Amino acid sequence: MLHTINKSPFEKNSLESCLRLASQGSTILLFEDGVYAALKGTRFEATVAEALKKYTICVMQPDLEARGMNTDKVIAGIKPVDYGGFVDLVVGNKTVQAWL
Amino acid sequence: MKLSVLVNEGPYQHQASDSAYQFTKAALEKGHEIFRVFFYHDGVNNATRLTVPPQDDRHIVNRWSELGKQYKLDLVVCIAAAQRRGLLDENEAKRQGKDANNIAEGFRISGLGQLIEAGIQSERLVVFGD
Amino acid sequence: MSDEVIKKFLYVNRKAPYGTIYALESLEVVLISAAFDQDVSLAFIDDGVYEIKKGQNTTVNSGIGVKDFSKTYRALEDYDITKLYVDKKSMEERGLTPDDFIVPIEVLDSAQMAEMMEQQDVVLSF
Repeated sequence: MLHTINKSPFEKNSLESCLRLASQGSTILLFEDGVYAALKGTRFEATVAEALKKYTICVMQPDLEARGMNTDKVIAGIKPVDYGGFVDLVVGNKTVQAWL
Repeated sequence: MKLSVLVNEGPYQHQASDSAYQFTKAALEKGHEIFRVFFYHDGVNNATRLTVPPQDDRHIVNRWSELGKQYKLDLVVCIAAAQRRGLLDENEAKRQGKDANNIAEGFRISGLGQLIEAGIQSERLVVFGD
Repeated sequence: MSDEVIKKFLYVNRKAPYGTIYALESLEVVLISAAFDQDVSLAFIDDGVYEIKKGQNTTVNSGIGVKDFSKTYRALEDYDITKLYVDKKSMEERGLTPDDFIVPIEVLDSAQMAEMMEQQDVVLSF
């Protein structure tokens, strides 16, 4: 399954709930305000880095750039994608679940 | 692949409509089919003809209308959500005794069954919300 | 109406009632979906567990002045929508038990909820 997270982990518990309930081998896409979970140096870094062992995690690059970050700031192992990549993720996974 | 999109939030207030638009456009440019874009909750407000956003920023309603026209998209607004929020087409305005209608070009008002049908008929349904 | 395709539809509810409209309007989708003979499940996670809490008390003319729609969850059974799942952690961390809910539900722990979700064909979040 592809899980999408669009809210900041500081604002909502969507990241937390998703990581608790997503099955091993799932793909997670962080986009919109969800991109803040992809950054190094936050209190979520360890959790997200650990999650990389269980999931493929992608981050929407246009959303990172809009918010003043670039891929240097992203946790190693998280893959940047654009909207075309988002489409490919949707096509490549059987179902999509949005964590709002 | 046949995809459908659900937009749960209105224009400008949340990024949902923008993200949905960019996703839909990217899918179409890759040659996928968009079976339906369904607007629910405040998402129905993406279909009002009456927005006058600042000229130097994106015109969200027009973008949807134009994309819809270019690719012959089925842009559907939920009737129950639309009624709650004052989004009417000509027929609805007559039916409800209202003195105006405000739906934008390219959108049509219909029932929630259209969303379920989109889920059944499409291979993927992607939700954009808050 | 369903053209004989039967898909597993999951409705994910994670928001409290009344503070926003999502609980009410997602229930309206579920009720409409009954006509399509699909394999429907509802998951109540995080504050979504509050949507089905007993004892909700408001009317259009009293209290917060908003219609109480909680009883509508009881109609789901009449429509053969009986797979209502409550997330154990969400329930417990809010001090709730299965007796607190207005409808019969099944409590799933994280692993069970994850497995149920993974089997779904279409997931709607509100």
